[in-house]
Order: sequence, then structure tokens, then C-alpha cells
Amino acid sequence: MALLQIAEPGQSAAPHQHKLAAGIDLGTTNSLVATVRSGEARTLQNAAGDDMLPSVVQYLADKVVVGKAAIAAAIADPHNSIFSVKRLMGRGYAETVAQAQQLPYLLVDQQGLVAIDTAQGVKNPVEISAEILATLADTASQTLGGELMGVVITVPAYFDDAQRQATKDAAKLAGLNVLRLLNEPTAAALAYGLDSGQEGVVAVYDLGGGTFDISILRLKRGVFEVLATGGDSALGGDDFDHAVVQWLQQQSGEAQLSHQSLRQHLQLARQIKEQLSAHDSYAFELPTANGTLALSLSREQFDSLIQPLVRKTIRACKQTLRDAGLNADEVAKVVMVGGSTRVPLVRTAVGEFFAAEPLTSIDPDKVVAIGAAIQANVLVGNKSDTDTLLLDVIPLSLGLETMGGLVEKIIPRNTIIPVARAQEFTTFKDGQTAMSLHVLQGERELVDHCRSLAKFNLTDIPPMAAGGAHIRVTFQVDADGLLSVTAQEKSSGVTASIQVKPSYGLSDDQVATMIQSSMQYAKHDMQQRLLREQQVEASRVWEAVSAAISADAHLLGSAELLDIEQALSALKVVSQGDDTAAIKAAIDKTNHITDEFAARRMDNSIRQALQGHKVDEV
Amino acid sequence: MNYFQLFQVPAQFDLDLTELGTRYLELQRNFHPDNFAAGSERDRLLAVQQAANINDAYHSLKQPLLRAEHLLALRGVKISHEQRSFTDTGFLMQQMELRELLGDILHSSDPYALIDEAEQQIQQQKNVLLKLLAQALEANHHEQDLQAADIIRKLKFFFKLQHELELIEQQLQD
Repeated sequence: MALLQIAEPGQSAAPHQHKLAAGIDLGTTNSLVATVRSGEARTLQNAAGDDMLPSVVQYLADKVVVGKAAIAAAIADPHNSIFSVKRLMGRGYAETVAQAQQLPYLLVDQQGLVAIDTAQGVKNPVEISAEILATLADTASQTLGGELMGVVITVPAYFDDAQRQATKDAAKLAGLNVLRLLNEPTAAALAYGLDSGQEGVVAVYDLGGGTFDISILRLKRGVFEVLATGGDSALGGDDFDHAVVQWLQQQSGEAQLSHQSLRQHLQLARQIKEQLSAHDSYAFELPTANGTLALSLSREQFDSLIQPLVRKTIRACKQTLRDAGLNADEVAKVVMVGGSTRVPLVRTAVGEFFAAEPLTSIDPDKVVAIGAAIQANVLVGNKSDTDTLLLDVIPLSLGLETMGGLVEKIIPRNTIIPVARAQEFTTFKDGQTAMSLHVLQGERELVDHCRSLAKFNLTDIPPMAAGGAHIRVTFQVDADGLLSVTAQEKSSGVTASIQVKPSYGLSDDQVATMIQSSMQYAKHDMQQRLLREQQVEASRVWEAVSAAISADAHLLGSAELLDIEQALSALKVVSQGDDTAAIKAAIDKTNHITDEFAARRMDNSIRQALQGHKVDEV
Repeated sequence: MNYFQLFQVPAQFDLDLTELGTRYLELQRNFHPDNFAAGSERDRLLAVQQAANINDAYHSLKQPLLRAEHLLALRGVKISHEQRSFTDTGFLMQQMELRELLGDILHSSDPYALIDEAEQQIQQQKNVLLKLLAQALEANHHEQDLQAADIIRKLKFFFKLQHELELIEQQLQD
């Protein structure tokens, strides 16, 4: 039953038209972009022919350099060449300073958040990451010959809310439409096609440059269930390099290294690590203040340097298996991800622990981007017959501060998302109209040991006697693992306002300001962009409602149908103009007029789902 | 919201968990937000809420205690969270003995034997209570529903003990 023929030249109404979408692996050391073309997922190369874009950004007075060229400049210009910015995402200034003696940048306190003073002024990690994302998106749209409709960006499964939010903000700043934040290990399992035809428990061991993740997934009839995730967001191949640097320093006897020679040492350490993956020993020259030192390192020596770090990863594997309620011998497959899994000691240790030969046939550097591309292709709507269902879990418990600095868990870790949990609070004074809440994330019992996510002030509570007001606070975590909070006073139905102060994040206003200031001709570009955003949303609404009508018009009375069709044609006309406010008003009107229809469809489709019919078959 | 209705399973304590799991996956296949990633903002928001409801319902129906609580709530009996004193001295004695047993484990020369013993006792008591709970709920009378609420309160103590026992076992392994 097609009430409306949806065929608009240039619009994406034709169901077979391929929409451009990409998967992005925003890595600590390297970043990649991949897409599905002719049914095959591949990473894309930039003009220089490279798949891997080093996640390095150099700020010069008049321009920004990203990638290889920025690395080359790093030795001469350490302050302005930012490496491993992913480690700083969603981090506070104080905690970063406490951990980061080895960072050669000028760290700045930006309202509690860490930022870096560069030749172009103070830049925060969100802005720096946006440069990397924008470079990758350029590569993609140049190779594919068009603008990307949407991207899937991968994040470590271990990322907390602040880190996920920062990643999403960076994408927004780069002008990208994020279809989904996908956990890296899940992406890797998708790349190996473990979703089709495979059953059983899969472990994904992901040792990248700066993060370690272990995830235990269960695959069953196309369902991808994350049973547990664990790891360490501050452990990776970079730490192998630092261990080698320390050894180099012991050999040369230099107590203090300048920023420049620290860079040199790090590059040499990386080279040694790579050589020792293929050879039993490696001879090299170390430049020191007193001339060059001829040295050599054997794989055995190297192994003993990194042994404590590798052991730490195995301990995390053990803990995560325990969370999943499994033994190591119940794991059927182990997927290896991240360049650091090329290190022979890592492969041996993992193989021994799980008593299984790890999967390594896909390049461990590309596997995450490839999986993200496969998922992006599905989410953008190019592949509607997919049978894969990704059920993800929240990696860290969410809780609230209670009396005495203790944390009460509201949503325990490894709960399947999306999830909404409500908690009731009451006032303790007569006429109390405000209340503050402190949301934390982590597994420990004390506030000081968990990560502060945000402080909320509930205001506009109707004044009542003490204990009279019942405020129901709902915590909702979406499929990306991002938290939102709403509150309502139950007896009066008044929605209390919430003022959010993210502890390690940016407010919506701050993001908007950043977008504005990043535009060269700020005002005009900004208006163009807002217009474009509304036009895109208008076309989404138009398509969604049109599709809903052609599927479920029988749920509407003829007057209702007429109203909706009128709103749709009005929306279409307005969205072709350039009046941003009018487009927004038309979207709001269409949404409002179809609210009831949407609710009816939802109820109807729940019934359909359980009768074994899919909604789109009706 | 009536979770039994959402999953279209009979509103009773004795549920076929395999069937429940199948219904759950069917629902998520249709309502997971990934199906709406390219949709309008309103549709995406609705999908998140719907999927969260489905997850919450599944979480509650899967576990016997939460399922029983939900069933009672639908019948108008709320399990109050406030402290309620038990008059059942036999139950209290039993709790104290089990607590003592748990306290001894870490100082024992053969901790695993004590763990096994505690586990067995807890499991046995839980099974007895769960059977009583099923019977009380099956009657579907207010009187028995109030009894069921009391059994749930008792069961919570055993579930808590079991959790503590798991923590002790982890402590031993570390």
C-alpha cells in the first residue's frame, strides 16, 4: 500500500541509492577511515597513499598540520605537536598533571578541563580531535566523491561518559553526523564476520597505543551480546615505548631529558619495538649529550622490560572473565586488535591464557575501522535485511553521592543499554525548592575513588512540608553509553529544571561557541551550517513520516491523514528555502502533529513483533 | 507498565525463560535504536525510551525476586523498602548462624570447605523459600499475596548472603 510515491530527483528516496557512510577508528596513535564499497569494507587512503593517519596535530601560527607531516615536525617543535590526544579526552586538568610528567606540552587549566597552549592559542582535546576527524572525513569524501551522510566512530569499551561525550562533541565540531559510537572490540568482532554463522563466546583482546580493552562477547543467532568489558584506559603500546626509553636512559646515564631528546628517544624506542617483533635482537645507535652510544637489545631483554605490563593485561582478562561468569576454557575464539598485538610476547601470553590460537588474519591496525564501516553501512540504511543485533552494555557503574561520601549505585556496570532507571528523593526541609545531586561513575564505594561525571541542581520544586515532595529522578543511558537525567515532582507533576555542570565535559553552550569560533568567517558560515543542519533534519523527518504513512496509514483517520500530509508538503516547501527558523518551526509542527501517530505505531509494532511479523512487512 | 503484557506472556510466577528470551530478542530486533540511526530526532528518542523499557522489563522478568515483586505490584501489593522487624525467630537464628559461618571462612585452614558448606545451606534455604513463594503467588489471593511479600523479604537476605559469599571467594582467589 503506497499512498505516496516517494521519488524526488536528488533526494535519497530511491531505496536502492547507496548512501555514503564511513567507519572511523579514532585511535590514540593512529586513526583510520573505512567504508563499504561493492559489498566489501576497506580502509581508505589519503592523497599520499596512506591508510593510517598518525593521530598527531601540529599547530602553526597560520595553519594546522595533521598526520605524518606533524610527526616530522615534532622533534623541532614539541610544544605545538600534539600526540596521543585521545588520552586527554574528557580529562580534568588536575588529574592529567598528576599523571603526565612525560608530556612535552604546556598544559592549561580550562575551567577544570585540561587544554594545551599552542601557537594558535589554547586548544582543548575536543578541538584537537576534531582536526583529526575532519582530515579523515576529507579523505573519505574526496575518495568517495560526495558528502558523508553519517559516520560510526569507535571508542574503547572502557571509555566513561565524559570521554564518550567528548568524542561526540569532537565529531560535532568537525561537522560530522554520528550514527553511533561503537565499542572498538565489538567493531573488531564484526570485521571478522563473527556475527554470521558463529556461535559461542569470543574474547577481543585490544592492545592499542594508549588503551587496553578486553571484552567478552557472546554470539548467538546474529545477536551480539557484550557480556563484560574491562581493561585499562591508561595502558598500551606507548607504555612499552616508555619502558624502553627508561632502559635507554639507564644506558646513557642521562637523568633528565629535554623535550626534544625525549621525542628522539621515543621514536627510537618505537623502532626497537617494531624490529624486535620480527628479529631476535636489534643493534642501534643512541644519540646522547656526549656523543653517540652503540647499543643492542635482545628480544629476551625487551620481553622482561614489558613483562609487567603484559601481565597487567592478563590480570584484567581474568577479572573480566569473572565478571562474565566464565572460565578461560569456555572462550571459543580470541580476536587480536591493535598494533601492539604484533609483539610476540603478547601473542604468546594471550594464547596461553585462553588456550586458543588468537585470530590475526585481518591487519590488527585496520580491523576496528573495517568493523565500524560495516556497521555504518547498516545504520545509514544501505543494508536493510541485516539480521545483526548489537546489544551493548554500560562499562562502568553509575551512581549517586549519598551521605558520608559514599556512592549508591543506580545502574550497575554490564547492564544492557539503552537503560532507564529512576530513583526517588524527598525534601528534608519545609518549603525546600532546590536540591543538588552528584553523579559518579566507577566501581568503588567512596566518592573520592570514583569519577565525578556531573553535578545537578534541581530547582523549581514546588514548596511543601519536609518529606512532602517526591522527586523522581530518571537516569537514561542511550545506545552510545551517554547519560541524560530528567526529574519530576510526582504529586504535582511539575518537571523540576536541571542545571548540569559536567565535571569533565563541555556544556552545550561551550560546544556551540567552539563551533562558532572555529569558523573562519564565523557568522556567515555558522548560519550556513545551522541552515544545513535543519535542512538535513527536515529531510529525515519528511522521509520518516512518509515511510510511516505508507506502512501504517490504516492507523489514521482520514482527517488526521490529511493534516499530516499538509504538514509534510509545507515542510518540504519550507526546507527548500533558506529560512532556518521557519524550517525548524515546520519540523516542530510536523513532529507535534505526528506524535499521536508515532505512539500508535509503536504500540502496534510491538504487537506485530510478537506475532512474528516485521513492521515493514505490513 | 505491565511487563507480562509487553512480552505477551501469562502474568504468573512460573515462566518459561527460554520463551521469554526469544520474545526479548524479537522486541529488541524491532526497537533497538540502531534501527533508527538514520531517523528523525523524535524517532530516535522514542526508540531509546522503548528499548530501555524492554531492557528493564526483561531484567525484571528474568530474575525470580524481581518478577515476584512486579507481579505483586500489579496485584496492588508493594514490597516496602523500610526496615521491618521479623518475628520469625527461627529465621533470625538461621541468619545469625550463616553470618558466623561466613565470618569464619577467611580465618579457616580449609576455607573452600566452609564456602561449599555455606553455599549449600544458602542454596537449600533459597530453594525452599522459592517453592513457597511460587505456591503463595499461584493462589492469587490477597492473604497469600501478603505471605508472598514476607517470603520475598526473607529471600532478599539469602541473596545478599550469597553475594557476600561470592565477594569472599574473590578475595581468596586474589
